[in-house]
Amino acid sequence: MTEKWNITLRIYRQKTGELPHFDDFAMEVDPNEYVLDAIERVWAFHDRSLCFRHACHHSTCGACGMRINGVEKLTCITVIRDVTHNGATLKVEPLRNFPVVSDLAVDMGVFYRKMEMVGARAVLPVTEAEIEHPPATWQPEDARYIRLSDCLECGLCISACPVAATTIEYLGPAPLAAAQDVGLRRSPELLTIIDSEDGLWRCHSAFECTAVCPSFVDPGRRIMNLRKQAIGLKLTKLFGKPGVPQP
Amino acid sequence: MPKSHVIIIGAGFTGVAIAHDLALRGCDITVIERGDICNGTSGRTHGLLHSGGRYAVKDKESAIECIQENTILRRIVPQVIEPNGGLFIALNESDLSYAEQFIESCQECGIPLDELTPQHALQLEPNINPKLLSAFVVPDGTFDPLRLALAFAATAKHNGARFRTFTEVEGLQIDGQGNVIGVNILDRTSNQRMGIRADVVVNATGAWAGQITSMASLDAPVTPTPGIMVAYDQRLVQRAVNRLNVPGDGDIVLPQRRMVVVGTTSFDAENVDYIPVVEEQTKLMLERGSELIPGIRNAKPRGIYMATRPLISGGSGRSIARTFKCYDHKQTHNIDGLVTITGGKATTLRLMAEKTADVVCAKLGISAPCITQDMPLLSYREYYAIPN
Repeated sequence: MTEKWNITLRIYRQKTGELPHFDDFAMEVDPNEYVLDAIERVWAFHDRSLCFRHACHHSTCGACGMRINGVEKLTCITVIRDVTHNGATLKVEPLRNFPVVSDLAVDMGVFYRKMEMVGARAVLPVTEAEIEHPPATWQPEDARYIRLSDCLECGLCISACPVAATTIEYLGPAPLAAAQDVGLRRSPELLTIIDSEDGLWRCHSAFECTAVCPSFVDPGRRIMNLRKQAIGLKLTKLFGKPGVPQP
Repeated sequence: MPKSHVIIIGAGFTGVAIAHDLALRGCDITVIERGDICNGTSGRTHGLLHSGGRYAVKDKESAIECIQENTILRRIVPQVIEPNGGLFIALNESDLSYAEQFIESCQECGIPLDELTPQHALQLEPNINPKLLSAFVVPDGTFDPLRLALAFAATAKHNGARFRTFTEVEGLQIDGQGNVIGVNILDRTSNQRMGIRADVVVNATGAWAGQITSMASLDAPVTPTPGIMVAYDQRLVQRAVNRLNVPGDGDIVLPQRRMVVVGTTSFDAENVDYIPVVEEQTKLMLERGSELIPGIRNAKPRGIYMATRPLISGGSGRSIARTFKCYDHKQTHNIDGLVTITGGKATTLRLMAEKTADVVCAKLGISAPCITQDMPLLSYREYYAIPN
């Protein structure tokens, strides 16, 4: 028999032209279901005006990022048992550092423009993907197989980043990580985008991005590596010597 | 002369593809969606770019549509596709006995097919069941559901279509003759209500089509048929892996980023706004999925979810054809101004849009032909990057 918990969802609400507030919804939940299931039931059975983004329900699309008790999560894979307990209140807020469209839905426009600007790869050869569980035997022909990139473009890293909170101009973790993935050897022209006041050097190495990334992209490490690449490329430009450190 | 204004209700696969098609044919488009893009069935699709192999034996019309559209999508929207192919594998005598009609049917439908020895199949995919008896390679693929829809929507937006998301259609505007002339909407981001006039309203709401047709006092032309999907946290294969047999429950495993996704089931449902996960079906996916790929037993579930197919009415479950049907309600019920598209599948979204746009254009006297099959789509990111 499924277990039942009674929890309160405290949901951030904001409609155009109105001040934000929180609404409480008393919910009976199965602790093994996902936070997104409970949010969807609020909309289906309690309050049809609730706005939130969601699509794939299995961490492939990156639409359902929110802050759960102050921590950035993809709500579709966040099990209720892991973030609260029976009788408790679960606070649900939209991502920070994005304009709120309404309630839990945010506007991804600026972020997606930055991803496009650095030429973030949407698909890549299987051999260039850092898979944790590679098949036992790789065949030479595997190189022609393609997979979707790990970065879901969900924006959790932007929300968690203390530097992104200071200026919307900062490129931010996911776009910088995407630039590292493309690599300065492949695209040296990327240097002009990332080697700027609001680019690579603005990162304070807080590694909050890596902590919240639901897809193991590890933007923090990638930004550090991108700095090495950038320094190498700049030295090469200055002195004309090879010696660009490679990822 | 002002452009004809077409309102499309629903920004799932069908709605965004119709917006793209009609924008290219010179229509003024408004898409109205109560959530964000792809928040219903389309977002929760399995993500299989069908070669048609699954339908070749029982439903040739669907199979032929699939292989043709599969080829087109690989050309116009490679940014969202893992074009890695698919395997159909036989694990017992019953599967083997299906092989002969499978080969014949794939040939009839024009689906390229290669037979592999079990050894060769295991070389390609070391994690499939080592006891397999036979395997066939077909041009299946995998796609990212949201990005597929966003790429169509982005291109439509670039060509002038407007998207009103988080906006619910509360009623149809009906004139004195009972014809549909617009919609009444609620903008859920501001709680404002307003009416919008249109020359034609297209009902592309899939499993929810009956809610819109009932606003014009028409019967539902759709049978909502949910099924379960379970995503596991290890990417154990690079290709779609199908059971070589009559389509059944849990007989497809797909790679998706660092996961594999097992699906699905097929049953009838009443309230399609919220379909709870059925625990028995979750267990069934583990049993059936691990027959194809035993390593699934060592993986952890990462996401468990239900998606509701909008199948054409007049049958039940897997016996219903997977093809689609477009209704001009002027022809069916003498109610002008309303067109409903239903049935179909993600792989055939472009074709569904072409046929629906043909019907809409005929009503509006527009002679421009469909050109979507040769039109590469813009980056999916442009949907959010282009201001509304």
